[in-house]
Amino acid sequence: MSLQLESVVRQVGEVILGKERQIRLALACMLARGHLLIEDIPGVGKTTLAHALAITLGLQFQRIQFTSDLLPADILGVSVYDRDASTFRFHPGPIFAQLILADEINRATPKTQSALLEAMGEQQVTAEGETRALPEPFFVIATQNPSHQIGTFLLPESQLDRFLMRVELGYPDAQAERALLNGVDRRDLLPTLAPCMQPQDMVLLQREARKVHVSAALLDYLQALVDHSRSSPDYMNGLSPRASLALLNAARAWALMNDRSEVQPEDVQAILPSVVGHRLHPGRDHAPVAGSELGAELIAAVPIP
Amino acid sequence: MKPAGAPQALLPRQLWWLIAALLLVSAPHAARLPHWTTLLALALIAWRTHIARAQLRLPPKWMLMIIAAVAMGGTYLQYGRILGRDSGLALLVIMLCLKLLELAALRDAMVLVFLCYFLVVTNFLYSQEILTAVYMLGAVWVITAALIGLQMRGLHPAHREQMRGAAIMLLQALPLMCVLFMLFPRLSAPLWGLPQDARATATGLSDTMAPGTVSNLLLSDAVAFRVDFDGQMPPLNRLYWRGPVMWDFDGRTWSAVRGAAPARRELSAALTPVTYTVTIEPHARRWLFALDLPARAAPRALLTNDFQLLSQTPVTSRLRYSMTSYLSYRDDAEPTPNELRRALALPDDANPRAAELARTMRKAAADERAYARAVLNMFRNQNYYYTTTPPALDHDPVDEFLFSTRAGFCEHYASAFAVLMRAAGIPARIVTGYQGGEFNTIGNYLIVRQADAHAWVEIWLRDAGWTRIDPTGAVSPLRVEAGVAAALPQLELLPLLGANYAWLQQVRMTWDLMQNSWHQTVIGYAQDQQRSLMRRVGMQDTWATMVTLMSVAAAAIVGLLALLLLHRLNAKPADAALAAYMRFCARLARRGIARAPSEGPTAFGERACAARPDLAHAIRNISGIYVRLRYGSRAETQDAERLQRAVRDFRT
Repeated sequence: MSLQLESVVRQVGEVILGKERQIRLALACMLARGHLLIEDIPGVGKTTLAHALAITLGLQFQRIQFTSDLLPADILGVSVYDRDASTFRFHPGPIFAQLILADEINRATPKTQSALLEAMGEQQVTAEGETRALPEPFFVIATQNPSHQIGTFLLPESQLDRFLMRVELGYPDAQAERALLNGVDRRDLLPTLAPCMQPQDMVLLQREARKVHVSAALLDYLQALVDHSRSSPDYMNGLSPRASLALLNAARAWALMNDRSEVQPEDVQAILPSVVGHRLHPGRDHAPVAGSELGAELIAAVPIP
Repeated sequence: MKPAGAPQALLPRQLWWLIAALLLVSAPHAARLPHWTTLLALALIAWRTHIARAQLRLPPKWMLMIIAAVAMGGTYLQYGRILGRDSGLALLVIMLCLKLLELAALRDAMVLVFLCYFLVVTNFLYSQEILTAVYMLGAVWVITAALIGLQMRGLHPAHREQMRGAAIMLLQALPLMCVLFMLFPRLSAPLWGLPQDARATATGLSDTMAPGTVSNLLLSDAVAFRVDFDGQMPPLNRLYWRGPVMWDFDGRTWSAVRGAAPARRELSAALTPVTYTVTIEPHARRWLFALDLPARAAPRALLTNDFQLLSQTPVTSRLRYSMTSYLSYRDDAEPTPNELRRALALPDDANPRAAELARTMRKAAADERAYARAVLNMFRNQNYYYTTTPPALDHDPVDEFLFSTRAGFCEHYASAFAVLMRAAGIPARIVTGYQGGEFNTIGNYLIVRQADAHAWVEIWLRDAGWTRIDPTGAVSPLRVEAGVAAALPQLELLPLLGANYAWLQQVRMTWDLMQNSWHQTVIGYAQDQQRSLMRRVGMQDTWATMVTLMSVAAAAIVGLLALLLLHRLNAKPADAALAAYMRFCARLARRGIARAPSEGPTAFGERACAARPDLAHAIRNISGIYVRLRYGSRAETQDAERLQRAVRDFRT
């Protein structure tokens, strides 16, 4: 793995203590040109993670706090009449940045959510009949409160599908928490961070990730996994082709981060729970469990051919 | 040694293989070559070994030239010529060993390998027995393994792997070999002379008989001939295989008539004939053996006046002939006066006491028959012994035997009996040949060995013609009833014939059957057999048909093998790698480190390493190659081989 990525992981890890795996997953998600959904209760550092990543990667950063009265225009931007030029001038919204933190995305109404999701899927926005390209690279890191909390609009499956990964941060372990308590406020640390790489480096790394070799044997394994999710009664619905592509790209990024030129089954297994966690639901006869656990079950159920 | 980095320099291990192949293939020649050639060859090989060990320089060209010239000169002095089988072989062996000394590059090694193959062929110029063929198969195996070692230089294959590769190649060549053997058009006569072993065996009956000539044969278990009977085999004691007939006696030695006259007559009175087929081993003489008495001559042979069966030419190759004989016969043709004179002749001064005894006994006997019976009774009742190791006899052997030693083998008894008959005025002659034989119950044929050699007497009686009398039968009835091994005292057990273990018998008979089949079907597969085979399968027996058939079959076999190889090259590696990896996993599983079905190879490898740090190196190696092969894009061409080898060598 390139030294740059390693230093990114280290620097972000200094801010978000004890969450190296999630940091790596988030990076892999970005290398695979996917968007990231962080789901957890408030106060575990979701926003800080996104912010720290943006700074460290040297990306232009915008944060959008989603609320129930947020409108699509608040995200995309509006045209305002310019009296001097006698024309409408487009004022780009916060989405025109390289890294967007969509905080508490499930607090917004579906209409606003879908405005964001269109931008995520197409990497362009259409406002007032005009299509504008978004910057390159373009990431959305959305945070979401667990759906059982009050005042949330559940993201529909079709929209969840657009996030390559969903990670849960979880509580820090005792050691990390003690360090947290002893140290300064995490948010105060953010201004002290320096970018470890340029946006252009990220684009190059993304291209690199696409070149990671995938053998026929690995595709066999991947397909076996997807097939199992579709045929087993343990899952309400199987994985979509988009999900298989997501698995493949994430595994490539993971292999690249581990400095390998080929994808191994272990790479698939490493990213699988995060990639399928928000896409799978337990079947009727299955005990209700979290999506990431379903992912682990899927791994254990499918032998590597 | 060539300068470092010279292209395709020979590795030491490749050299050892070559030397091993060379030694193996030329070892049988050591007995055939003059001693100095063998020693020179060994010295050259030792020299090359020393050079390789001590990393010295190879000798200069001029030195090799001198040795080559000396070897040529020596060969010329030895054989009187340079070309020819023996001299050519001597030169070839020396030159091969010299080639070792200029063996610097791969190219030289290849030349050596091909010459080694050629040396294999030369062995068959001397012997075409089963054992030679088996040995040469082994030699070809080793040479091929050496060749594989030369080709797989980058891979450093294990010795076992080289042998395995060579074995596979030989097996693949097997069908092609069969096709070529069956269909390659045979010539009516071989291009070169037959091997030595097909010519003359050292042992065999001769045209003279003196004390010791027959008992010497006892120690030889070489096969004289084999017999297939058309019907039931007559009892052993009636199987008298008639060979040279001896008329002339000089007091010690009996000798056969040279240029015997053809038979003037056919057998007159006879009962049911016995028909059989004899396959005789070459013995370089003209006699063919037939049961007493042969009814008619075999093809390309003649029957003499005294019922010897003589081939028109010396028997220099294995010969098969059908015969008819009458075991009960009556030969009432009158001998010519000349014959009678010779059948009565005795040297004047030899064996005076025997002559004296004969006269005394003849007077006491009523007629000739009674006299003969009296002599036989004397052998039977007085202290005469049958032994393979009779005491040496000096001046008048018959006298000494009759009156002092009284121990002898069949030739002593036959000789003494004939002398006693002649001295009493009864015409007598000695017949040598074989008596009895060993029935091979597995192959249902009779084996007659040199050890079955025998001598008996025929006397001429006015009313019965020539009558066979076997004086040995009087002394040792067992010899005639059960064979020579049974007749001998226990202390004189013969090395092979005497052993009575059933399993040993079984082994011997099977072995003889194998040899017989080998001679009949492999060595004996000549033009006639080939043509009749073609006719039997409904093809034309012309060479054009055979060549066409052979080409088609050979092309089909080679094509099939090529397809198989292509298929394996294309499709197999991944599967083979998977199979090898599964074997590796199974081996670890037996040691309690089982791979979960969903466990990736790298993860499993790390877990196994943690569990067995002593094997960590091998485990990482295998996992690494496997991952490279199965998931990687940069698998090297030799990775598949490497994986197979690593897994094979993996010991938990």
